[in-house]
Amino acid sequence: MTTWQPVCPLTAVPPACGVPALVDDDPVAVFRTSEDELFAVGNIDPFCGAGVISRGIVGDRGGEPTVASPMLKQVFSLRTGECLDDPAARLPTYPVRLHADMVEIAHPC
Amino acid sequence: MTRTLVVIGHGMVGHRLVEDLRERDAAGTWRVVVLSEEPHAAYDRVALSSYLDGKSAADLSLAGQGFLTDPAVELRLGCSAASIDRTARAVTTTDGDELRYDALVLATGSRPFVPPVPGHDLPGCYVYRTLEDLDAIRREAVEDQPGVVVGGGLLGLEAANALRLLGMRPHVVEMAPRLMPIQVDEGGGQVLAKLVEELGLQVHCGVATQSIDAGPHGGVAGVTLGDGTTVETDVVVFSAGVRPCDELAEPTGLARGERGGFLVDDRCRTSDPRIWAVGECAAVDGRCYGLVAPGYSMAEVVVRQLLEIGDEPFPGADMSTKLKLLGVDVASFGDAHGSSEGALEVVYANTANGTYAKLVLSDDASVLLGGVLVGDAGAYATLRPLVGRELPAPPEHLLLPAGSGVDAAALPGDAIICSCNNVSKTDITTAITGESLTDVAGVKGCTKAGTSCGSCVPMLKNLLGECGVETSNALCEHFGQSRSELFEIVRATGIGTFTDLIRKHGSGHGCDICKPAVASILATLGNGHILDGEQAGLQDTNDRFLANMQRNGTYSVVPRVPGGEITPDKLIVLGEVAREFGLYTKITGGQRIDLFGAHVEQLPAIWRRLVDAGFESGHAYGKALRTVKSCVGNDWCRYGVQDSVAMAIRLELRYRGLRSPHKVKAGVSGCARECAEARSKDFGVIATEKGWNLYVGGNGGFSPRHAEPLAADLDDELLVRLIDRFLMFYVRTADRLQRTAAWIEAMDGGIEHLRAVVIDDSLGITEDLEAAMAEHVAGYTDEWAGVLHDPAKLSRFVSFVNAPDAPDPTISFTEERGQIRPQPVTLPMPSVRGESEEVPA
Ligand code: SRM
Ligand SMILES: Cc1cc2nc3c(=O)[nH]c(=O)nc-3n(C[C@H](O)[C@H](O)[C@H](O)COP(=O)(O)OP(=O)(O)OC[C@H]3O[C@@H](n4cnc5c(N)ncnc54)[C@H](O)[C@@H]3O)c2cc1C
Ligand code: SF4
Ligand code: FES
Repeated sequence: MTTWQPVCPLTAVPPACGVPALVDDDPVAVFRTSEDELFAVGNIDPFCGAGVISRGIVGDRGGEPTVASPMLKQVFSLRTGECLDDPAARLPTYPVRLHADMVEIAHPC
Repeated sequence: MTRTLVVIGHGMVGHRLVEDLRERDAAGTWRVVVLSEEPHAAYDRVALSSYLDGKSAADLSLAGQGFLTDPAVELRLGCSAASIDRTARAVTTTDGDELRYDALVLATGSRPFVPPVPGHDLPGCYVYRTLEDLDAIRREAVEDQPGVVVGGGLLGLEAANALRLLGMRPHVVEMAPRLMPIQVDEGGGQVLAKLVEELGLQVHCGVATQSIDAGPHGGVAGVTLGDGTTVETDVVVFSAGVRPCDELAEPTGLARGERGGFLVDDRCRTSDPRIWAVGECAAVDGRCYGLVAPGYSMAEVVVRQLLEIGDEPFPGADMSTKLKLLGVDVASFGDAHGSSEGALEVVYANTANGTYAKLVLSDDASVLLGGVLVGDAGAYATLRPLVGRELPAPPEHLLLPAGSGVDAAALPGDAIICSCNNVSKTDITTAITGESLTDVAGVKGCTKAGTSCGSCVPMLKNLLGECGVETSNALCEHFGQSRSELFEIVRATGIGTFTDLIRKHGSGHGCDICKPAVASILATLGNGHILDGEQAGLQDTNDRFLANMQRNGTYSVVPRVPGGEITPDKLIVLGEVAREFGLYTKITGGQRIDLFGAHVEQLPAIWRRLVDAGFESGHAYGKALRTVKSCVGNDWCRYGVQDSVAMAIRLELRYRGLRSPHKVKAGVSGCARECAEARSKDFGVIATEKGWNLYVGGNGGFSPRHAEPLAADLDDELLVRLIDRFLMFYVRTADRLQRTAAWIEAMDGGIEHLRAVVIDDSLGITEDLEAAMAEHVAGYTDEWAGVLHDPAKLSRFVSFVNAPDAPDPTISFTEERGQIRPQPVTLPMPSVRGESEEVPA
């Protein structure tokens, strides 16, 4: 069963930005694209082990919504979590929804 | 078995030979002893004149550390060869040593020829060939006094320019009816004389130098010319041609060429199979070559024989030349004088703007044989490789400025594109496709083309294009424009947001390349705080939190310490803040203090303490002005001649916060000892007795480069104005992540062009540049203070949105040497992007 956890109001996530959140002790990066789509992926950069993904630049590569790690700039798909520069690496992804103006994340148990 | 090679002469060619041999002789089959009559290791004689224009002997040196410490090479400075014993196979040096050889290379170069006119040996007579010659001329030069150069060839004009740089009023005496008689024809010579006279040189053509006249003190007091004219002067420089240094030929029993030089065959061999001659002292099949490129080919020919890897003959030489003398372009190539049978000439002369061009064509006007260009040599790069080829376009089209006339496709594969380094079109295109090169720098690195005189660089660009390499300056997949084009679009349209810009001029949603680039442009053009509204999401890693991200996700804090000057009270505050927040403390290479290991949520509290104590952002995180490093200057230093600290502080405060294509660093030294290392900075200022010298385009980092002189002896105000113009011009026109050195290098015309723009106002924009800088200075506010006053911005400095004070579980520290240190995480080596994107420092 998935339980949705409210994380923050939508206004706390500016368009084309990310914020870090703690979901059951897991660091998660929540993103809102410039077209107001929401995504949630793991916050820990698999290349360096630091919790920094939410601070990356949001954009697109060939239409695919992406975030670039601020550390060494590898680009990840926000949809699948896959690293577009190195298919061996990926970020976990989390279901995310907007519920009564609150961003909610489901933690798969 | 190791054999011994003795090389006599450590000039440009001797050096190239040894370098080339050592590069290819991995097995170390040769040990080399080099005798150098001069007290210096080989230096760039071609660039000798720049020794009077800001370059030092060290700048000109060709011998790098690797060479000087090579155990297989013994270099004897200030030591000449006195004699050669061919039977014993030994060279006796002037120190009395005897050196046995298995092979001997003569690379003794030439000496200036001093015509035997009466008085030619009086004190005050000089030649122009070595660093010592130039030192002597510099000592003797007196400002505003006339100086006389005997000889109006290429070197004579260089010598005249040297006198001009030393403040003298040069006269040039040339026996032939025109200047540069070897390179240019009558018409070209006339245009050249006119251009040169406009620069203040007095030209006397078609007259002989009758005598050098002594004054009562016994030194030179004047020169009398064949037409009776007398010029009063204390300084005479002879530049009437050179003679090969071949004195060793006769006693050794080696033959000389008809006009001197060691006579060698087309493999550079003398009659003794163990002795070769290369460079200016070699008479290859009887002919001597006075340029460096043929010397380099000879060196290669000999190295191949020494290593037994080939026996190709000397390929002959392209005697084409292009130079900028006194700011005047002169080029001649191929059969410049139309001496081939039936040659036709097409001449375009424009005396109004001082340009002259002549093409020499075959008798049926179909094949280009040579040409002369004066005043504007833009077409040289395209024309020279076409010599001996069918004309690809009507002659008048070929004379249009470089690139517009012919495209690279018109050239056959074996056409030599870079004559300095003998690189053909095929060599270049093969390298481009084989090594997947994408830019001119890559081509230079791979083929050596373009690394000497630089005149072939426009063709290299064309060839990249021909190979299908998009040298388009498109920023990324979202913008087809270059950074400088986007800058102009934003400036002209007043667009103030990324969303607006990408909608009207780009596509998609942007990425980590275009967003920070646009953010920087918006910031330069004054669009409020860099974390305002949507701008926050555009900023690169470090700008995003106004601090430098470290490998474990913490941040470093670097407050500005202008000029490196800091009060004890402020030092104490830094210490207290570091202790209170448990930060690692280190003095940086930029004369300030870095506090490392701050959690993102601690940054506001740390900065509140710092701002209250009078600190402000040091922009260590931004592509912006970093530090203006300073020496202690004349307040304290016994050598100082100006107040370098005050000037450094003034400049740092003036340009702080200026967003630029890459980081900008500066330095100010109080005297020529240069303790602030100003010449390794993007702009460097060095004090003189009369004011300040300004240098631009230096950096350390991956490819260290010394800054080049832009202007000398400036007063404070002029100095600041020139830096204003220089920086604004850089900010507007450079590419993303292009530091000033690379920007100047990529500029058509290089530093000369830059000088024309910022000093002579050749584009008519200096007023605009100064106004833009004034606007920047007036609009400056401290970015950190701006954050502390704004709750919306402060709200982003949290570890987690839903748990703002919970510490990030990925961060932990150990201890080392009494301070914290990040718990080691192994970072993968360079990122998947080929290029270093990370900003700081
Ligand atoms: C702190 C400091 C080292 C130190 O402890 O002394 C430093 C630290 C870093 N430098 Fe530096 N550089 C520091 C002085 C220098 C200097 C020396 C100087 O400025 O006199 C140089 C060579 C001079 C030059 O830049 O021309 C220098 C050349 C570089 C380069 C190469 C730049 C180039 O053009 O090749 C990089 C990489 C880049 O910018 O792309 C770099 C990048 C970095 C980065 C950002 C590396 C990174 O990716 O994290 C480091 C971040 C520091 C931080 O997080 O605070 N750092 N760095 C120095 C800070 C100076 C300051 O007060 O602002
Ligand atoms: C001001 C100036 C500008 C120039 N501009 C250009 C240009 O734009 N393009 C171009 O192609 N060329 C140019 N040249 C010419 C170029 O410098 C020479 O062609 C080149 O230096 C020749 O190299 P080399 O090794 O043969 O001779 P050199 O560089 O003259 O070296 C010979 C060395 O051998 C030493 N030597 C002589 N006899 C002995 C001995 N018995 N024992 C030990 N050592 C000895 C000499 O002292 C000297 O150091 C210029 C020259 C000058 C002076
Ligand atoms: S550069 Fe000159 S003035 Fe400055 S500290 Fe060094 S010696 Fe003194
Ligand atoms: S022609 Fe001189 S560097 Fe290429």
